[in-house]
Amino acid sequence: MALVEEKPREEQLPTRRRKIAATGADAAAYAVRDADVDVVAVYPITPQAPIAENIAQMIADGELDAELIHVESEHSAMSASVAAAATGARAFTATSSQGLALMYEILYIASGLRQPVVMALATRAYSAPINIWNDYADAMSMRDTGWIEIFSENVQEVYDNLVQAFRIAEHPDVLLPVVVTLDGYILSHTTEALEPLDREEVLSFAPKRPRGYRPVLDPDHPVTIGVLGAPNWYQEIKVQQALAMRESRRVIEEAGKEFGKRYGREYGFIEPYYMDDAEVAIVTLGATSSLVKAAVNRLREQGVRAGMVKIRVFRPFPAEELAKALENVSAVGVLDRAVSFGGALEGPLAMEVLTTLAVRGIVKPTISFIHGLGGRDIFVKDVVEMYQKLLEAAKSGKSVTRTLFYGVKSRRGHIV
Amino acid sequence: MSTNQESGGFPERFLGKKYPETMEDLPIAAIVPWPGSTLDVTTHAWRTFRPVINQDKCVRCRLCWIYCPDGAILEVDEEYTTRSGRKYKVTFKVDYDHCKGCGICANECPVKAIEMVPEMK
Repeated sequence: MALVEEKPREEQLPTRRRKIAATGADAAAYAVRDADVDVVAVYPITPQAPIAENIAQMIADGELDAELIHVESEHSAMSASVAAAATGARAFTATSSQGLALMYEILYIASGLRQPVVMALATRAYSAPINIWNDYADAMSMRDTGWIEIFSENVQEVYDNLVQAFRIAEHPDVLLPVVVTLDGYILSHTTEALEPLDREEVLSFAPKRPRGYRPVLDPDHPVTIGVLGAPNWYQEIKVQQALAMRESRRVIEEAGKEFGKRYGREYGFIEPYYMDDAEVAIVTLGATSSLVKAAVNRLREQGVRAGMVKIRVFRPFPAEELAKALENVSAVGVLDRAVSFGGALEGPLAMEVLTTLAVRGIVKPTISFIHGLGGRDIFVKDVVEMYQKLLEAAKSGKSVTRTLFYGVKSRRGHIV
Repeated sequence: MSTNQESGGFPERFLGKKYPETMEDLPIAAIVPWPGSTLDVTTHAWRTFRPVINQDKCVRCRLCWIYCPDGAILEVDEEYTTRSGRKYKVTFKVDYDHCKGCGICANECPVKAIEMVPEMK
C-alpha cells in the first residue's frame, strides 16, 4: 500500500520543533497545561479517563496551577465548568458517551449562558448494550446543543484543535462552548508523534481573557446570570445564539489560518483529499478519515479517481466549503459511525451533507453508509467496496434511497 | 467600543438596553446587568388575595418582614399610636406592586394582624 501523500505544508515548518511520543489523552492534557487552564472539573469515564489522570498528575507535580474539582458526576462536572467560566476562569472538562448523556441538561445551559467552556470528548458508543469502544453516537447527540464541534483525525490534531478551541470559545464575538473530539482508543490510547508548542506560544495564540467583556461574575459589576426567559424574549435570545454560531465561522477560520502561519499546520473547516479530479468521494469525520485516505490511495493505484472530504468542524457545519468541494464529483458517499434511528436517512452526517447539496440545487447520486459502530473495525477493503458502490451509482445516476449498514453479519449478506 | 456609564463601563453591545425593543438591544444570554432590576417588574397581577395589616393589632415583631419571600413588606419610619394608646416608631406596610399574595406573612403573624382579602369579590 502506498504511503499517505506527504503534505507540502510539513516542509514549510518555520522552525524544527521537538517531537514526543504521546497518546491522544496525553495530547489533550498537554494542551490544557499549555493553555494554562484555571479550573478542571472532571469525572472519570472510559476512554476519557487518562485525560483526567494526566491533568491530576500535572497539578500534583506543579506543572499546572489549576483547581481540580473532584465532582460526583458528569452533571456536576459540566455545572462546575459553567460556573467556573462565569467567574472568568479558563475552564476545561472531558467526558465520553454515558458521561456526556448525564451532562446533557447542562450542555444547553453552557451554550445558552454563552460560557466558553472547552471540553474534550473521547468518542464512545452509547449503551445498551454497554460498549466502551469508538463510534460517534455521543458526538452526534451534541449537534443541537449549541456547542462548536471540532473533530480530530490524529493525536497532533487533538492538541492543535484544543489550543484553537480556547481562542475560539473565548472570542468576544463568539462566547460559545467548544468540544474537541478524539476517537476513543483509536486516538485517546494510541501513541503517535506529537509536536507540542511552548506555553508562551500557546498563550500568545490564545491569550487568557482577551475580551472586552464577557458574561463574568464580578462583585464590582454585578450581573444576574440564568434568569427566566419568558416567551416575549426567549426567541430573540436563541436567535442571538444562532447568530453567534454563524459569526464563529469567521473566528474559526482566522484561528486555523493564524495557527498555520505561526506553527506550520494550517486548519480549515474541511480537509479535501485528492478532490481536484475526484469522480467519487466519501465524506467522513475524525480518525476514520485516515482509513478512508488509505482506501483512496489503494484506489488511486488502480487508476480509480477516488477522493475524500474530511469534515473537521462539524458545528458550525461548513456547508459552503463542502458544497464547493463536492461540486464536480459524480457521486457522493457519506460514511457515518452513528445511527439516527428512523431518520430520513439513518446517518446523521449524511443528512447534513444531503441538505447542504439539496438547498444549493446540487443533485447527484448519493449513498449513506454506516459502519464501525461500537468499535467495529472498518477495513480498507470495506471502504474500497463503498467506493465501488459509488462508481455504480455514478454510472446509473441513481441514489440509494436508504442508508446501507456495512459489515453486518446477516443472512442477507454483509450489507443491510 | 463605546461604553455605558450606567452599566459600569461594559461595552454596550453585550449589555443592550434596559428596555429593549429589538433583538439587537438585548443583552446576550439574557444576562441582566442592572442590579435591582426586579423593582421595575411588578408582580401584583399574580395576586388573588391581598394582605392587609391591621396597624392596631400589629406588635411590630418584624416576622412578616423576615418571612416575606419577595421583600414586599416595608418597614417605614412612620409613627403610629394604636387605639389603646400604644406608641410605635415604625409602621409595617405592604409593597402592593411586588406582593404576589402568597399569604406567608398572614400565616406567620403571631397576633393574626394580617388579613388576606380577596382582590375581587
